[in-house]
Amino acid sequence: MGIKRQEIADMVEKMPAFPHSVHRVLDLASDINSDPKELVEIIEHDPVMILKILKLVNSAYFGLSQKITSVNHAVVYIGLNTVKNLALSTAAIGALPKRTEAGFDMDAFLLHSLSTASIAKLFTKKMNIQSKESFDYFLSGLLHDFGKVVFAHFMPVEFQKALLIAKEKEISLFEAESEIFSINHTEVGSLLAERWQLPSNLIEALRSHHCLEGDRLLVTDVVSAANRISKELRIGHSGNNLVEKLPEEITGRFGTDIDGIVGALGNVKAEIDKAMIFINL
Amino acid sequence: MKIKFWGVRGSIPSPGPKTIRYGGNTTCITVETDDGRLIILDGGTGIYSLAQTLLKRLPVNCSVFISHTHWDHIQGLPFFIPFFIPKNKIHIYGAFDPVYERSIKDVLGRQMEYCYFPVRESELKADIEYTTLRERQTVEIGSAKVTNILMNHPVLNFGYKIECNGKSLFFTGDNEPLYNIYDPHHDYYEEYESLIADKNTILLNFIRGVDVLIADSAYTTHEYPAKKGWGHGTFDSCIEMAKKAEAKSLYFTHHEPLRSDDDLDAVYRQLQEQYSAVSGMPQYAVAYEGLEIEL
Ligand SMILES: [Zn+2]
Ligand SMILES: [Zn+2]
Repeated sequence: MGIKRQEIADMVEKMPAFPHSVHRVLDLASDINSDPKELVEIIEHDPVMILKILKLVNSAYFGLSQKITSVNHAVVYIGLNTVKNLALSTAAIGALPKRTEAGFDMDAFLLHSLSTASIAKLFTKKMNIQSKESFDYFLSGLLHDFGKVVFAHFMPVEFQKALLIAKEKEISLFEAESEIFSINHTEVGSLLAERWQLPSNLIEALRSHHCLEGDRLLVTDVVSAANRISKELRIGHSGNNLVEKLPEEITGRFGTDIDGIVGALGNVKAEIDKAMIFINL
Repeated sequence: MKIKFWGVRGSIPSPGPKTIRYGGNTTCITVETDDGRLIILDGGTGIYSLAQTLLKRLPVNCSVFISHTHWDHIQGLPFFIPFFIPKNKIHIYGAFDPVYERSIKDVLGRQMEYCYFPVRESELKADIEYTTLRERQTVEIGSAKVTNILMNHPVLNFGYKIECNGKSLFFTGDNEPLYNIYDPHHDYYEEYESLIADKNTILLNFIRGVDVLIADSAYTTHEYPAKKGWGHGTFDSCIEMAKKAEAKSLYFTHHEPLRSDDDLDAVYRQLQEQYSAVSGMPQYAVAYEGLEIEL
C-alpha cells in the first residue's frame, strides 16, 4: 500500500491531539484567569498540538525573518490569546484514543516521545548549547517518531501488519513500515516538517535519526542517542522492539559508549520524571 | 498627507455630556495622500460621520485598512453609506483569522449576516474588493505606501505605516507592550526576555523616525495592573515607544469609554508635569474627534 504525500499532510490537518492535553486545554479555556505558562507547557508536551501551532506561525503568511521553533516564541510573536485559541481549535477536533485499533499504545508512545525530548534537552544543557537552540533539540526528540502516530491513527490495520513483520523478521520498525507503506515514519515526519516550513535542522533530525550515512548534524546524533537511551531505560514504548546498538559514528562524537553518555548526562531519570509528572500518566 | 480623527474611543461608543470635547465614537482615522487618495484606518462608529461628508464627493474611491476585527474597529462598517451606492470603489484590507482560517472578507461578511444586519454583504452595490494581507505586505495607494506589522493584542492586530513623499505615520491599532510571562527564577525567563527584546527591536526599527505616531493608550499606568493582558497600552508606554522610535509626534487614542473630557485633560496635565524635565520627548497630544494634522 503506497500513500500519497499530499494525503498524509491532509490527514494530519485533521488529526486530534493526545487526550491529556486536550482535556487540559479545554479546562484552561473555561478559566479566564488561566496561567499562560500552563498553556505553553501543555502545548510543549503534545506532539500534535505543537506541530500544528508551529506549522501556522511558520507559514508564508507571517513575515518572519527567522523560523519559530518554540511555543514561547509563538506566544511572543502572535500573542497569547491567538495561541490559546489555536490550541483550543485543535482540542475541539477530539482526542486520540488511548489505544488504536492496531493495538498501538498511545500513552506509551507519548512517554517515549517525551522522554526522548527530555533527554535531548539534557544533552543541550551538558553541551552548553544556547537556550534558544536547545528547544530545537527538545522538539526534534518530541517529533522524531511522529510518523508512527500518523500510521497508527489513520492506517491501523496496515500499521499492525508492520509491527508484526518487524517482530517476526527481527527488523527495525521503520524497515517494516517501508515494506508496507513504501514510506517510513522518518520520511513522514520530515515530509510534514518540510511542507510546513519548519526549521531545517528539525527536518533533518526527523529524517535521519535512523540513518547513518552522510554528514550528520549534531541534533540528529543527539536525537538518535536520546532515542536509544529512552529505550534502554524502558520509558514508554515506541512500537519498535529492536533496540539498535548506538553506532560508532555517534559514540565517537561523544567520545564514550552509551553507559558513559548516560553517566555524563547526570540525573536522566529526574529530568524525565519532570516531564512525566506533567502528563500524569 | 492630511490626517483626521473621526473616532478616538476604545471598546464601545460613549456619547454623552462628558465626552463632547474628545468625542464618543470608536476608532476611525483618515489619511488623505498628497495625490488625493483616501485611506481609512479602521471602521469604528466614527466612520459614520466620515460617510456623511463623502456623500458630497461621489463616486467614492477609497482603501480601508482594518487593524483588527474586534467590534470597536469594525462596528461602523455596515453603516458606511458608500457601500450602498453604485460606482463607488472600496478596497478593504486586513489580517487573516488563523484560528478559523478565514479571510478578511469572510470575517467582515459575517457582520452582515441575516441575524445581525438586514442587508447581506453580497447585496452591497459598490464595487468592493478585499485583500487579506500577509504580514509586512506593502500596498501602494497612489503615491503612498502602506505596510503592516504584527502588534500584541488578543487577536492578530496589524499596526500600519503609511509613507508618502518623505512623510510618514504609524498607527498601532490596539497594542499592549510585551511582558514576560515567567518569573525571574523560571528556566524560560531569560529566553522569553530575549524574544521580547528581539520583537521590540523589529518594531522600533519598523517605525523609527515616523512623523506621527498614533498609539493605543487606553490606560493610565495606575490602572494598568488590573488590565494586564487585555491588549492595550498606557500613556507612559506610548511615550516610551515614541521616544525609543524617535517619533516626531505622538497622539494618544483608544480612550477608555468611561474617561470624561475632564479626566483626559487631567491626564494630559499630569503627563506635562511628569515629563517636563525629560529630554528627547516627542510632541504629544490627546487625539479628539475632528482633530486634523497636516504633514
Ligand atoms: Zn479596540
Ligand atoms: Zn481590540
